[in-house]
Amino acid sequence: MSYTPVKRPKFSVLDKIYIVELVKGLAITLKHLVLALVGKSRSKKDFNGKGVGACMPFPEQRWDSQLPEYYRGAPTLVRGEDGRERCVSCQLCEFICPARAIKITPGAVSPEAACQKQEKAPAEFEIDMLRCIYCGMCQEVCPEQAIFLSKEYLITVTDRKQAVRNKATLYKLGGTRKGLVNKWNQYK
Amino acid sequence: MSNNPTILPKDAAAAEGKVNVQINGKWYRFPKGTRIADACNSVGVHVPCFCYHPKLSVAGSCRMCLVEQGMPPRLAPGATPTYGEDGYQPIQWMPRAVIACANTVAENMGIRTDSKLTSEARRGVLEFLLTNHPLDCPICDQAGECKLQEYTTDYGSGTHRFTESKTKKGKNLSIGPRVNLDQERCVLCRRCVRFMKEIVGEEVLGVVGRGTHNAIACYPGTSLDSNYSMNVVDICPVGAMTSKDFRFKMRVWFLKSTPTIDVNCGTGTNINIWTREQQVYRITPRQNDEVNSCWMPDSHRLNYKYINAPERILTPMVKTDHGAPQRPSTWDATLNMVVEQLHSCAPTETAIICSARMTNEELYMVRALARQLGVTKIDIVPRKGENDGLLVSDDRNPNTNGAKLILGKNGSGLPAIRRGIKNNSIRFLIALGEDVTEEAGLEAEDLEALDYILAMSHSENATTKVADVVLPSVTFAEKYGTMINVAGRIQRLNKAIEPQGESRPDWDILRQLTEMLGCDCPRVIACPSPMIILEEMAQEFEPLKGLTWGSIGNGGIVIMDTGVTIPLIEREKGKK
Repeated sequence: MSYTPVKRPKFSVLDKIYIVELVKGLAITLKHLVLALVGKSRSKKDFNGKGVGACMPFPEQRWDSQLPEYYRGAPTLVRGEDGRERCVSCQLCEFICPARAIKITPGAVSPEAACQKQEKAPAEFEIDMLRCIYCGMCQEVCPEQAIFLSKEYLITVTDRKQAVRNKATLYKLGGTRKGLVNKWNQYK
Repeated sequence: MSNNPTILPKDAAAAEGKVNVQINGKWYRFPKGTRIADACNSVGVHVPCFCYHPKLSVAGSCRMCLVEQGMPPRLAPGATPTYGEDGYQPIQWMPRAVIACANTVAENMGIRTDSKLTSEARRGVLEFLLTNHPLDCPICDQAGECKLQEYTTDYGSGTHRFTESKTKKGKNLSIGPRVNLDQERCVLCRRCVRFMKEIVGEEVLGVVGRGTHNAIACYPGTSLDSNYSMNVVDICPVGAMTSKDFRFKMRVWFLKSTPTIDVNCGTGTNINIWTREQQVYRITPRQNDEVNSCWMPDSHRLNYKYINAPERILTPMVKTDHGAPQRPSTWDATLNMVVEQLHSCAPTETAIICSARMTNEELYMVRALARQLGVTKIDIVPRKGENDGLLVSDDRNPNTNGAKLILGKNGSGLPAIRRGIKNNSIRFLIALGEDVTEEAGLEAEDLEALDYILAMSHSENATTKVADVVLPSVTFAEKYGTMINVAGRIQRLNKAIEPQGESRPDWDILRQLTEMLGCDCPRVIACPSPMIILEEMAQEFEPLKGLTWGSIGNGGIVIMDTGVTIPLIEREKGKK
């Protein structure tokens, strides 16, 4: 087992009593309070808030436009530009999933599929959104670029069974991804 | 090595018929004629091999087992050998690596598996093998137990310098009823060719094409349809040969393997059951050089579907009235009812048909039940088939010897029970683990005529459908126990999955029933597990004397001389 020892920083007495950092933190809070009181808080326009403008009236107003590119929401399955279902049911995501949210039933690719060389495709692919912890390991481990985390974060269900998303739902949510995975074309 | 300086290590080894070999700087002794690969593996130095299989002839074609080798310097005429302080001659290392599978050890030989030369040789071989390999691991069933995958991560370079397009060969070809071939994944080790020729004796596989177009194929007009065809899937180091049955069922890294034995014939082939979450996915042979070598027949390998089938009986079933339909019940209520019913059965008019598919422990409990009831008409159902001259025994019951030992030979065998049922002198039948309408030779009308049928079975069959009470028992994958094979070897069954539904292990049902019927013998009713029953039996039966669950081990022990041998094992021993 190889490991790299971490070099810990040396703290001075001033660092150790941390009062300075405490004051710095309070100053930031106070700065935002003052800005809000004079109506100049950051992202006021985006929040479209009422009153002093520091709060977002959530369900009506969404944070969506502020989500960064790397935001990790619900995982989905995607198709390539050629319409091919990218997943080959290698089950690596099922293996890596720390919450055991994914359940795959592997199967052979359908006889109508254009890419017969792929041979294997999921017969069923289920993600239990009550178990999912949005860690993104499935996306990272996927050798086929088939599973991506979307920006969807609002998942409400009235029944535990509703929280289990099947293959059809996952492909509908994932849509088509730009780019081609050429691994399974006839020349490779 | 001797501390006496006057005896050189070479002489000391020669006295034992052995030779001294230095492996990675350490000296070991091996018998003369040991292959370098076997010698290294036996001392924990791993030598990667594709084509070498200990049970097959040596091909030496894959070159994966290249190791650096050295010998003492060849002496000039008249010169005497020089010995170091440790008594060994200096080793002169050869400039080229040798293959470890086709070369044998020699006195004062040196082998290096951790040197630069060896690792470069391995990397080079892997690079050549991967030039045309499709790298379709995500869809390959072998992924996770693939030698090419393992060796590439262990010894490969990790990059690919080959930019030309890969050779195209046949993919997903059906070469037999149970085996698929992918010629692109093949590393041409020819293990499958040698297996079919040397072990099965059917030459159906060969290599066709030249150069980079070399590929495994069936000879024209033949197909890989032998009853041993699926062993090529096991010995294929890569994903070229894959099982149609296991195709795309589950990745192997999810599966848990349990060492146990096969129950389809008297050979008692050693197997591994591969399961995940109470589901059996496949069965593979487990090496036991005294029982099945490394192989097993396809017919036995594929006979596992009933374990997770919908025909399984998951709850006790009872008929409240004679002629009424069966309905599910609870264990307590059912057993109480059975006890009441059995008390009212006259022992002379009752027969027990039990099974040689039961373990010794279960048969011990059957005997206890019979004694408690006072029933003397008790027998197993014999199953005879054809011996295939390899591994399939003519006795299709896995535990005939155990049944003979425990139930003993009593006067009224199965024919007498059959006659009794036909002429109505037997009115009550207890069928344990057997469908009496099959090999036992009874008709459905005979069962209709009976007053009472108590059946214990894991799956629905013609007997359970008409039985008054059905007790759900378990299959061989769900219980512990021991069986004695045709050659008199006692072997262990291990539990791979939990009993399905509310079913219970057979021995436990019988034990509780015997206790409820009023048995107070602590040697029967106080047994909490098959291991303890085995210890009880060890005190009573001479051949089992001194046996414990642990002492049987995974390989089993010969406990009786039956005079029966397993043809494949005899042939293998004859070759040596």
